[in-house]
Amino acid sequence: MRKSFIAQNPSILIFLACLALFTLCVTVLSEGAGAGLISTSFIKTLGKTLCLCLVAIAMDLIWGYCGILSLGHFAFFGLGGYMIGMWLMYARTEMIVQNALAQGGIPPTPQEITDGIGSQIFGVVGSSDFPLIWAFADSLTLQLLLVVLVPAVLALVFGWLAFRSRVAGVYLSILTQAMTLALALYLFQNDSGLRGNNGLSGLQNLPGVTAPQALVSMWFFWASALALGLGYLLSAWVISGKFGSVIRGIRDNEARVRFLGYPVESFKLMLFTLTAMIAAIAGALYYPQAGIINPAEIAPIASIYLAVWVAIGGRGRLYGAGLGAAFFSLVSTWFTGGQAPDINLGFYTIQWVDWWQVMLGLSFVLVTLFAPKGIGGLFDLLQRKNDA
Amino acid sequence: MTQLLHACRALFCVALLTLAQICAAQDSTPDTVQVSPLQDVLQADAALIAKASRKTIGPVIDRIADSGLPAAAGFLSDWQEKNIWQRKADGLFFRGEEVADRLYALRDLDSGLIVGESPKDDLNQLKPNSGVRGLIATALVRFQLSDPDPVTRAEALLAIERRPGAELLAPLRASIAAEPDATLKARKQRIERLLTIGYGQDPADRIAAIRAMPTDLGVDVRAALNPLVATTLTVAQKLPDGANLARILTPGSADLTRLQAYDMLVEANLAPRRATSAEIKTLLADHIEGGQVGGVALIRLSDPQARALAYQALAGQGLLPPLVTDADIDRALAAHVFFETYAEPNADVTAAAELALASIATRVGLNQSLDLGLDAISLASIYFLAAIGLAITFGLMGVINMAHGEFIMMGAYTGYVVQQVIPNHTVSILLAIPLAFAVTFAAGVAMERLVIRHLYHRPLETLLATFGISIALQQLAKNIFGTQARPLTAPDWLDGALVMNDVLAISYIRIAIFVLALIFLAFFLFLMKRTRLGLETRAVTQNPRMAAAMGINPGRVNMLTFGLGSGIAGIAGVAIGLYAKVTSELGADYIVQSFMTVVVGGVGNIWGALLGATMIGGLQKGIEWLNPSNTLAAQTYMIIFIIIFIQFRPRGIIALKGRAAGD
Repeated sequence: MRKSFIAQNPSILIFLACLALFTLCVTVLSEGAGAGLISTSFIKTLGKTLCLCLVAIAMDLIWGYCGILSLGHFAFFGLGGYMIGMWLMYARTEMIVQNALAQGGIPPTPQEITDGIGSQIFGVVGSSDFPLIWAFADSLTLQLLLVVLVPAVLALVFGWLAFRSRVAGVYLSILTQAMTLALALYLFQNDSGLRGNNGLSGLQNLPGVTAPQALVSMWFFWASALALGLGYLLSAWVISGKFGSVIRGIRDNEARVRFLGYPVESFKLMLFTLTAMIAAIAGALYYPQAGIINPAEIAPIASIYLAVWVAIGGRGRLYGAGLGAAFFSLVSTWFTGGQAPDINLGFYTIQWVDWWQVMLGLSFVLVTLFAPKGIGGLFDLLQRKNDA
Repeated sequence: MTQLLHACRALFCVALLTLAQICAAQDSTPDTVQVSPLQDVLQADAALIAKASRKTIGPVIDRIADSGLPAAAGFLSDWQEKNIWQRKADGLFFRGEEVADRLYALRDLDSGLIVGESPKDDLNQLKPNSGVRGLIATALVRFQLSDPDPVTRAEALLAIERRPGAELLAPLRASIAAEPDATLKARKQRIERLLTIGYGQDPADRIAAIRAMPTDLGVDVRAALNPLVATTLTVAQKLPDGANLARILTPGSADLTRLQAYDMLVEANLAPRRATSAEIKTLLADHIEGGQVGGVALIRLSDPQARALAYQALAGQGLLPPLVTDADIDRALAAHVFFETYAEPNADVTAAAELALASIATRVGLNQSLDLGLDAISLASIYFLAAIGLAITFGLMGVINMAHGEFIMMGAYTGYVVQQVIPNHTVSILLAIPLAFAVTFAAGVAMERLVIRHLYHRPLETLLATFGISIALQQLAKNIFGTQARPLTAPDWLDGALVMNDVLAISYIRIAIFVLALIFLAFFLFLMKRTRLGLETRAVTQNPRMAAAMGINPGRVNMLTFGLGSGIAGIAGVAIGLYAKVTSELGADYIVQSFMTVVVGGVGNIWGALLGATMIGGLQKGIEWLNPSNTLAAQTYMIIFIIIFIQFRPRGIIALKGRAAGD
C-alpha cells in the first residue's frame, strides 16, 4: 500500500498548519470578529492576497510542474470575477429597482422590473437591453457554475487548438498573451455586454445581506483561506501520483514522454483546464473583496506579473508560488500605497510611488540571473544545513 | 412701438434726401453739367443704398451690376470695403480717401477724379452689414469671372463653389465661351453643370448636366445630387396626384413597422394617441379603491393581462378613455397610405440623379477600397518597422526580448530630445535617426552583455528578465518625461497628403514610413547576404559550436547582432513617433503585434516578417472596414484569426525547412 500523498510530502501539512494559524490570528485580531487591531480594509487586502496565492499556485502547477509558461491565467482569474460580478450586480440592482417600483401603489410587472434593471446597469454604456450573456445572471447557482465553466471552456478550446498544433515554449507564451490581449480588448468595448471599460462595480455589497462590511469581509477572508487550503491540497494531490509524474516528464522531455506512449496533448489540456478553473475560483473570491472589476485587470501585464510572483517565490514547489504572491502583493501595497518613506538624496528625492516599478523590474532581472529558485530556494539552504 | 419709430425715421430720411436731391438739381449750373451715369443709377435708389438691408438691397445691386457701366465693378468692391461716403449736403456718393485727420478727399465715381474735400462731419460712411456684403460679393463674382487676371477668375470660381446660387448661373454660362485658360474653362464647365443641376430651369438641361457627371468623385457633385433624391415619408388618405413618388411603404415591413406607422398617424393627427404602459399604470394608480382597481385585486396587477382587464373595467364605467386596441390600429393603418416623395418634382430628373449617384457610388466604392488598401499598406509598414528589429533578435537569435517595445520608445524619446535642442525639424529628424540608433544599439549591447548572455539556454527566463527591464524602462521614462504625450513634429515637407481625389488621399508621413520600411528591408537583406557580419550571424544561428570551431567568436557576433536589432528598433521608434504621440507606453502598444508579426510570418525569415506585417495590417484594416465604429473589436478578431491561422501553419507563412528549423 502506497503512503498517502500527504504523508509523502511534509510541506503540505506545514503549509496548511501555517495557513490555519494565520487565519486564526487574523480572526482574533480583526475588527469584525475579534479585538479590532486589524482594520476592515486590511482584512480585505489580506483576503485578496490569499486569492492571489491561490491563482499563483495554479500558475505554478502549469508552469513549474508542466513547463507551460501561460500568460493567460490572469484572464481566467478575471473571467471568474466577471461571472460572479454579474450575479452580484444583477441581484443588488434587482432589489433596488423592486423597492423603487413598489412605491407606486400598483405592483410592477416582470417586464417593468427587467427594464428597470437593464437601464440601471447598462445606462452607463448607452443601452438598456440585456445582452444574451446575462441570461443566467438572476440565478446564483447557475452563475456560480459559470464561474468555473466559462474559463474552463475557454481554456479547453484554446488549449486544444494550441496543443494540437504542437505550439510549445515561448510561442505558446506569446499565443496565450495574445489571447489575453484579445479578451481584454473585447471587454473594453462598450457593446461587449459587460459595461465596457466601466466594468462591474459595487461588488462588495452582498444582495440581501444586512451585516456590516466588517463582518462580510471576514466571511470572504475565511472563504479565501478555505479555498486556498483546498486548492493547495488538490494541487498537491494532482502532482503526487502518476498524473504528476507524467506532467513533470512532459516538462523535462516532452518528446520522450510522447514516445513512451502517453497522450501528451491530453495531459497538458487537462492540466491547463484544471488550473484555469482554480484561477477562476480565486478570481470569483477576489473581486467581491476588491469591489470592482474592469477590463484593465485582465490586461496582459497582469498575467506576466503572475508569472513573476511564481518565479520569485520559487517554481516547482507549491508553497513557493504562494509565498511569492503573498510577498509581492503585500510589498507592492506598502510601496504603492505611499506608506514607504521617501529617501532624500539632497539633490533628488526618491519617491517610492515613482521608483517602485523600476526597483521591481530590476529585481526580476536579479532574481532570474542569480536566484533561479526564488525565495523557496532559501528553504533548500536551511534543509541542507540541517542535513549536514 | 420701436418698429413704428424706425418706419417714421426711414420715412423722414427719404423725405430729407428727396429734398436734398431737388436742391442739388436746382443748384447745378449748366457749366458743371457732366456725364455721371453711375451716380444717376445710384441716386435712383439712394435711400435704399444709404440704409442698405439684406432684404431690400438685392434688386438695387442687380440694377447696378446690370447697368453695364465700366465703373460699376469698382463701385461695388469699394462699397463692400466701406470706402464709399455720402455727402450729407446733396446726397451724392463719392469714394472717400482720408487725407488728414477727419478730412476726406472725394473722388467722383464715374471719372475717378478728385472733385473736392470735405470734413468727416459732413459725410456719412456707407457701412453695409455682412449680409449685404455677401450679396455684393455675389454680384462682384460675375465681373471677376471675366477679369483679365486668371488668379481673380480662379478666386471667383472658388467663391461660387462656396456660395452657389441661382443668380450666378447666367453670368457663369456667359463667361465660359470667352475663357482662354483650358483648366479654368474645364472648371467653369464643371461648376456650370453643378449649378444647372441645382438651379437650372429647363429639366432637359439639368438631365444633360446630371448625365455628364457619373465619373466625377467630387464631394460637391454628391452634395448637388443628393438633395434631388432626398425623400420625405408622408402619410395621407390617398396618393396625391402629380407628386414625384419614390415608393409606397406597407406598414409592418422592415422599413416601417406597424407601431412606427401608427405613430406617424398620431403625429399627423389622423388617429388617437396610444397610452404608454407607464401612463396606463399612473391612470390605474389614480383609481385604487379599497385594495382594488376596477374590481381587480391590487396584488394581481403585476400581470399585464390583469392590468388590461382592470383598465377595460374602468373604461367601461366611463372613468378612463378607451384603450387603442390592435384592431383599431389595423383599421387606421388600412385607411391610410404611406409613401415617400422626392423633394424634386420632375421624375426624369430624379431618375437621372439616381442613376448618376449609383454610378458614382460604385466608383466611390472602388476608390475607397483602394484607399483601404493604401491604409493597410501603411499600417503594415508600421508593423514591419516595429517588427524588423525583433525579426533579428527573436527570429534569428531566438531571444525573446519583451523590452523591444521599450527600445522603440527610447528611439522616439531620443527624437523628441533632439528636437528640443535643435529647433529645425528637418535637421533634427536627420540627426535623430543615427542618434536613436546609437542610443538603442548601446542599450541593446549592454543588455545582451549583462543579462541575456547568461540566459541563452533558458528562453522562458529570458522572457521574464527582459520583461523586468521593460517595466523598469517604462517607469524610468515616466519619471523623466512625465505621463503626458510628447510631440515629435514632422518637418514641413512631410505635412499634408497626396490627394488623388476627394476619396483617395494618403499623407506624406505614411509614404515616408513606407519608404523607410523598404529601405530597412533592403538594408537587412544586404547585411545578411552580403556582409561578413551577416555570414557570421547566420553561422552562429545555425550552429554556434561549429561556428566557434571555424574561428568565429559567437559572443561577439551575438552582441553585435542583438545591438543591431535593438538599434533598428530605435530608428523605428523615430518613425512611429512621427506618426503617433510619444508616451512611455508607445512600445508596449506594439509589442504583442510585433511578436505576432514575426510568429505569423515565420521565425528566422525577413520575407516572413514582411508577409506577416502585410497580413496583420491588411486584416486589421479589413476588419475595421467591416465595423468602422470599433477598432477594439478589429484587434480582437484579428488576434483570434491569428490564433486560428497558427493551427494551419504552426511555423508561420514561410517555414524554415530541414536543420535550420531547429526545434
